[in-house]
Amino acid sequence: MLTIQREILDAIVAHARRDHPDEACGVVAGPFGSDRPTRFVPMVNAAMSPTFYEFDSGDLLRLYREMDDRDEEPVVIYHSHTATEAYPSRTDTNLASEPNAHYVLVSTRDGAHESGPVDVRSYRIVDGEVTEEEVTIVERYDDDAPAPTKESA
Amino acid sequence: MAIEVRIPTILRTYTGGERAVESTGASVAEVIDALESAHPGIKERLVEDGAVRRFVNIYVDDEDIRFTGALETPVAESSTVVILPAVAGGAVSDLAAQGPAPLPA
Repeated sequence: MLTIQREILDAIVAHARRDHPDEACGVVAGPFGSDRPTRFVPMVNAAMSPTFYEFDSGDLLRLYREMDDRDEEPVVIYHSHTATEAYPSRTDTNLASEPNAHYVLVSTRDGAHESGPVDVRSYRIVDGEVTEEEVTIVERYDDDAPAPTKESA
Repeated sequence: MAIEVRIPTILRTYTGGERAVESTGASVAEVIDALESAHPGIKERLVEDGAVRRFVNIYVDDEDIRFTGALETPVAESSTVVILPAVAGGAVSDLAAQGPAPLPA
């Protein structure tokens, strides 16, 4: 399950709408091992394409260095599909290389880039296998209670 | 002094979970061969048909080797080599149009 703050999810959707009809992409970083997406990092789609996205290689290096320095990892990796459903394509599946990440897909097809509901779904992609997961939207992360956090195996 | 090679999460199965390993060599190609000796199987994930895979990025001292001589890029004793899989994908369903798959499962 992906638990994500509403404000961050809204920022992902806004980015997808802004870049439509090209695919938008980015990450939400979070403390290593926390499974909590906290730092929204929109990225430039170097492919500038309606059917493909790729982080610029220089941006990619800077992003990973920054996450290393902050002891973070990419908790969410998101991108949009602008004419198809919010489901990982074969390309998405073949290229997925962060087995610990939640892959969030946003579809801005059928006018969703302008108004109305936007389809947002989340997946795990491990060894070429796609598993959809529930998305739980929270107003804020529960920082106060050091409640037992759910660890995924 | 050895060359530090930073290993991405997905390839740490080859390095016993290590995020960085030491290697040797005067070029990226030699560094990868030395890596392969110590961590068999890793080379195939990085190189195909004598070239770096399309969706693998390798940097020597922060420079993407695509712009500095590819596998022939020189590596100094004090260099840091970073390997990062591309973060890429998209709705296009024909991966063949995008080149070979980077990291076969």
